[in-house]
Amino acid sequence: MAYLQLHGIEKSFGELRVIKGVDLQIQKGEFIVFVGPSGCGKSTLLRLIAGLEQTDGGSVVLDGRDITEAASSARDLAMVFQSYALYPHMSVFENMSFALKLAQVPQAQIREKVERAAAILNLGDYLHRRPKELSGGQRQRVAIGRAIVRAPKVFLFDEPLSNLDAALRGQTRIEIAKLHRDLGATTVYVTHDQVEAMTLADRVVVLRDGRIEQVGTPLELYDHPANSFVAQFIGTPQMNMLAVSLVAELAQRFALPVAADGFIGLRPEHVILQPQGQGMLHMQVDLVEALGAETLLYLSNGQGLQLVLRQSARSGLHSGQSVGIDLQFDCAHYFDAQGRALRQGAASV
Amino acid sequence: MARRSKYPLPLLMRTAAAWVITLLLFFPLGWLALMAFKTELQAISVPPLWWFTPTLDNFREVQERSDYLLYARNSLITSVLSTVIGLMIATPAAYSMAFFKSRHTKNLLMWMLSTKMMPAVGALVPIYVLAQKSQLLDTRTGLVIIFMLSNLPIMVWMLYSYFKEIPNEILEAARMDGATLWQEFYRVTFPLALGGLASTGLLCLVLSWNKAFWSLNLSSAKAGTLATLIASYSSPEGLFWAKLSAASLMAIAPIVVFGWFSQKQLVQGLTFGAVK
Repeated sequence: MAYLQLHGIEKSFGELRVIKGVDLQIQKGEFIVFVGPSGCGKSTLLRLIAGLEQTDGGSVVLDGRDITEAASSARDLAMVFQSYALYPHMSVFENMSFALKLAQVPQAQIREKVERAAAILNLGDYLHRRPKELSGGQRQRVAIGRAIVRAPKVFLFDEPLSNLDAALRGQTRIEIAKLHRDLGATTVYVTHDQVEAMTLADRVVVLRDGRIEQVGTPLELYDHPANSFVAQFIGTPQMNMLAVSLVAELAQRFALPVAADGFIGLRPEHVILQPQGQGMLHMQVDLVEALGAETLLYLSNGQGLQLVLRQSARSGLHSGQSVGIDLQFDCAHYFDAQGRALRQGAASV
Repeated sequence: MARRSKYPLPLLMRTAAAWVITLLLFFPLGWLALMAFKTELQAISVPPLWWFTPTLDNFREVQERSDYLLYARNSLITSVLSTVIGLMIATPAAYSMAFFKSRHTKNLLMWMLSTKMMPAVGALVPIYVLAQKSQLLDTRTGLVIIFMLSNLPIMVWMLYSYFKEIPNEILEAARMDGATLWQEFYRVTFPLALGGLASTGLLCLVLSWNKAFWSLNLSSAKAGTLATLIASYSSPEGLFWAKLSAASLMAIAPIVVFGWFSQKQLVQGLTFGAVK
């Protein structure tokens, strides 16, 4: 039986239904990431698990116990907030020991646990400092430390890295991944950044408009998106989505398994550059983004067709030039007019 | 080319304006202090005397004629008690309004504030009758209750703004850490709002100390505060400017000294809405 189970979770704010019947099974030790665009309900879902919001329907079961009606304080969960939410009037030590103190854990044991957590997070030298005397990254680590000392049943992270600068974000992401590997704690992590989702998750839950669009491992989502939304949400730059009507002649020639009102999805790495005059399509370069390790070309054909191409080789092309393009249809994803995947695309190379 | 002044003109003008306003505000107080050390004759001389030999006679006479310490004790007891009780009532009220907001919270706050817009004299007769019927006339209990009630809207408003400044996520974090509502309040909310509580308390202490209307109307010899003492020097037998000034100076001295030492907190309290 799953460790944390969500059954038909419903939540409305006034007239607005923000969570529309979410079912999810999370196994013990799993790292689950909720991802989706702003307003998709991912943070609300996390807050419902935390008990910071009351559900309007459905149930939450943790380790065999129904906690739907339980107060946050009685759920045995720890949460890391986006704003860190450290207690400003307490030292780092007091922040980290607060929960243990409330639980009336003996003083010696508290000290030992906090010191162990501080050592893991490199906070040993800062235990006497107040939060305002710490940098953003350090505050973030205190917030995480506050969660680990309690050894809760589940860790909840609400966009914990969004207040950090890019370099620190990458570094902290790796630390969180390591921490999860070392502690093996069940974790639910909310982010709008699909790179975080892909790198951290055992399984990713893609949400849209209060519903789950797809649940799967990062590569399952990348290789076999259930619909065009997931296909475009996972992966940067976005998957190219070609209306069949724009490439009707090609669709016929290659007997593509898609209806005339459907869509063809092609990852940027499956669009191949050819010399001018060759290839399936003739297109113009609109923009070249040279990122060093890879180069992105933004292409259009003047008839409404736009493509992004990714290649690892550097390119001497510049905007305005004409190029030939090949499309790797054997790696393509096919969707019907409603955006549902028709045939699972082949795994990427 | 003219040498550029170290002090630009706008700064000089602002400084001059600040000094003028400060002197205007301070003048009555300064004049009062001068009068208190004059004889009655010097006090009413025209043109006013700026240079004279100071005398302490007025203070001696005020102390002999009326028991300063009795009034001072009444002032102290009524203002401290009304502030403490007021804080005890206003804190949970403001707390619930700040953290468990409902559709009507804003209306409730506005309604509370609106009671301060009514002139106090409008409520004098009913309150006098109520005090009389419940035998609270000329008692410290009566004054404590009325001082406290009249400060309550301000206290709730100030505390409400302080509580509002505490990020909700910090309280949620405490809840996740296993804190009950009470633990959340006294371990997190209360310490974070302590500065605000102090400012509110100080301000209300000053306001209670200075309340003249209610103490003049509801108290006299037994429970009278220093405001009553001052008023007794503008009696029908004639005005005694010098003695009145001496009594006033003695009445305000404690609160002025107190205010001086707590000015940082007081300023913070008075600008609570402006610095957000």
